[in-house]
Amino acid sequence: MPNILYAGQSYTCEGQSVLDCLTAQGVSIPASCRAGSCQTCLMCAVSGTLPKQSQRGLKPTLVAQHYFKACSCYPETDLEVQLPNTALGKIDAQVVSLDALNNEIIGVRLRPVSPFPYHAGQFINLYQNDSTARCYSLASVPSIDDTLTLHVRRVPNGVVSNWIADQLKVGDTVAISAASGDCFYVAGQPAQNILLVGTGSGLAPLYGIVRDALQQGHQGDIGLYHGSTQIAGLYLVEALRDLAQAHPNFHYIPCISDEVPPADYRHGMVLDVVLKDLPDLKGYRVFLCGNPNMVKAAQQEAFFAGASLRDIFADPF
Amino acid sequence: MSLYEEIGGEAAVNAAVDIFYRKVLKDARINYFFTDVDMVRQAAKQKAFLTMAFGGPHSYTGEDMRKGHAHLVARGLNDSHFDAVMENIAATLTELNVPANLIAQAAAIAESTRNDVLGK
Repeated sequence: MPNILYAGQSYTCEGQSVLDCLTAQGVSIPASCRAGSCQTCLMCAVSGTLPKQSQRGLKPTLVAQHYFKACSCYPETDLEVQLPNTALGKIDAQVVSLDALNNEIIGVRLRPVSPFPYHAGQFINLYQNDSTARCYSLASVPSIDDTLTLHVRRVPNGVVSNWIADQLKVGDTVAISAASGDCFYVAGQPAQNILLVGTGSGLAPLYGIVRDALQQGHQGDIGLYHGSTQIAGLYLVEALRDLAQAHPNFHYIPCISDEVPPADYRHGMVLDVVLKDLPDLKGYRVFLCGNPNMVKAAQQEAFFAGASLRDIFADPF
Repeated sequence: MSLYEEIGGEAAVNAAVDIFYRKVLKDARINYFFTDVDMVRQAAKQKAFLTMAFGGPHSYTGEDMRKGHAHLVARGLNDSHFDAVMENIAATLTELNVPANLIAQAAAIAESTRNDVLGK
């Protein structure tokens, strides 16, 4: 009979689901419909083989991270499982470089001391000390970049961002968590059109996702809309224009809402520009990152414009 | 064949949930109940609800329905709102070309939750 290893304890699973097995033995796992629908009992497999049924209906990004529905998982072999995001142990990383990307955003490159699996667009926690950490998205791509890259916006009175900007030096060692989050590119539908919308340092995950998709040979249209109130708030403009030159299916659309910009920018709120250009988003995969109000509004508007909720990945920060 | 299989099983639910949720969010009679909820979590709940209405696997009890909607009843959720949801379910299934007799069966299952949802 298969054993389930959870939180250092082994439980024998006698033809039950992982959920029933663990709850019957006094382990508390959040659950609701118990019929494979609501995904409340989502868990993550650390090792072992997951039955196909246990991942049916999950977003591909969750499948790629070995998530499964505990209520629908009848294991045939031993399985080590955990609740999502409980295993985010700390890893040391060395600061390789710190570069101003614009007036308020710093590009921070880090080299972890041990192998660091991640998907471009996921996020990590960066620890200032044991009790203070902030979440930053990864702008780097594992198959392209040999370091991790974060885009840190200096937040007025922000404890961690100001520490990074004022005190962190090249060569310092910092603690980071493992990568998590489901805002990343998954191969398998190379012809699907992709829309990415970001404001401010919300460009970080999108910059990673775009380059990851292109690197993996994505064929469908990829449109990246980056919004700011002023031109000075944008960054990586030249790098993105170069990328668009090199890849005919990639379009970069910088949007400026306050000042009237030169002709090679669009004027307006980023979401308004998107909806004007792309009123029909049926079949699109959509990534939304940045200002929480923009992300929330864009999530609903993209859904109304025809994108399936399963295909909308949102990361407000 | 069960109602769930006749309607088209999980694939039908997946197709229905986007259409249904879009209708709900655009329906001024009820959409204000949804302004502050997480869309993804809400869609998962609606998928579970539609699965049940389509005669599929579920483990909801009347008690779950009562508890889950009590905060909305406190905000004034009443029969008129429940009627609006029923309309949206029927319109969704019509849009998916589900035959009228199956829509009626699904509507009857959804209708059976009315008193629990409204805390009567």
